[in-house]
Amino acid sequence: MIEFHLDARSGVATYLQIVQQVKEALRLGLLDLGDQLPTVREVVADLAINPNTVAKAYRDLEREGLVAARPGRGTFIVGTLAAPSLRHHEALRRELESWLAAAVRAGLDEESIRALISTTLREALVREVA
Amino acid sequence: MTAAVETWGLGKRFRRGWAVRECTLSIPEQAIVGLAGPNGAGKSTLLSLAVALLAPTEGEIRVLGHDPWREPETLEQIGYVGQDSPLYRSFSVGETLDYARRMNARWDPTIANRSLAHLPAGRRVSALSAGDRARLALAVALGKRPRLLLLDEPFARLDPRAGREFLQMLMDGVAETGATVVVASHVVADIERIADHIVLLSEGRVRLEGNVEELLTSHRLLTGARRPLGRIGGVEEIVRERHSGRQLTLLARLAAPVVDPSWSVDEIALEELLLAYMAPERLPRRTTDEKRRLRWHG
Repeated sequence: MIEFHLDARSGVATYLQIVQQVKEALRLGLLDLGDQLPTVREVVADLAINPNTVAKAYRDLEREGLVAARPGRGTFIVGTLAAPSLRHHEALRRELESWLAAAVRAGLDEESIRALISTTLREALVREVA
Repeated sequence: MTAAVETWGLGKRFRRGWAVRECTLSIPEQAIVGLAGPNGAGKSTLLSLAVALLAPTEGEIRVLGHDPWREPETLEQIGYVGQDSPLYRSFSVGETLDYARRMNARWDPTIANRSLAHLPAGRRVSALSAGDRARLALAVALGKRPRLLLLDEPFARLDPRAGREFLQMLMDGVAETGATVVVASHVVADIERIADHIVLLSEGRVRLEGNVEELLTSHRLLTGARRPLGRIGGVEEIVRERHSGRQLTLLARLAAPVVDPSWSVDEIALEELLLAYMAPERLPRRTTDEKRRLRWHG
């Protein structure tokens, strides 16, 4: 079963951290159809966070069709993010590796690489929304 | 949705002056509220008014829809833990829980039993650690299965580990009872983890109130070159203005996203937001009337 962790300094809202961790686990194939998420009580007792926050995260995941709440039994994975995209990962990773090698050859250090990736990603996401 | 606590122009004056003044707020049911503000801001007074330990000087307060002063039966549905976990120090753990059971018409021992299992029933309250004492006081409050739980500076004497254990027990109790919670604390970090609603008091007045997510969404830090300030598209109010060299940093409340590319726009953390709203330049000047009264009593 997935265990959530919190980064209090990340600036990311707690419920979003939970949503992201479930999605990441789905993307990486660590969570699969039929798997159960920990109950709200279990998460709350473990992380000492607001039960409403956990409920909100689970509601968001439910709205996206990734999980379903079965009354009295718990919340289960009913959707997946891995299947359609997982097979592309290997090719994409190879492209990324050659890009990284080019960046290092061009003299970028780790910090510059991270900065370039995150600003490019952010701008691309903004364009997508606009 | 009904409000768990609602006040209109609520004020409480002591001999030394107003502890709470012109306080109007509405706390939604099932919220977990961080009641923030520096020491002496009026947090304890506000909680005391909610549980009818004090009567208002002016204005009105409704708790779970009732006036707690005129309808004291409302108090059966409220759990209140004052500062320093008030308990009878000569009682044992068992006697404390037994007393709580007999004092409360609706008493549910499960929460207390589950979270205090490691405490010997025969141990005196005076011999407990600060953390265990705080948890015992919380167990007594949760055992009532309150609809509203008010906690006054519960973390003040707890080390980080005891603080975390207290929080786990509190959140577990909330998950079970669905209670609305108000936690007063002058340390923002203590309430940041759990609060979904904030009431910020300073000098007895409400400086900021609202849903945490909405507050964080509607405020942004704008950084740019220093310039004469005109209207900025999207900005509703400038909360704080800071210059350093050629740089200008604004904390702004937004009505719409700021798209002007000459500003770099960043999110703000809750603690910084509250500090900005507490800043002295945002406090209203005292009226001459108040000044005179303060001098009279001072």
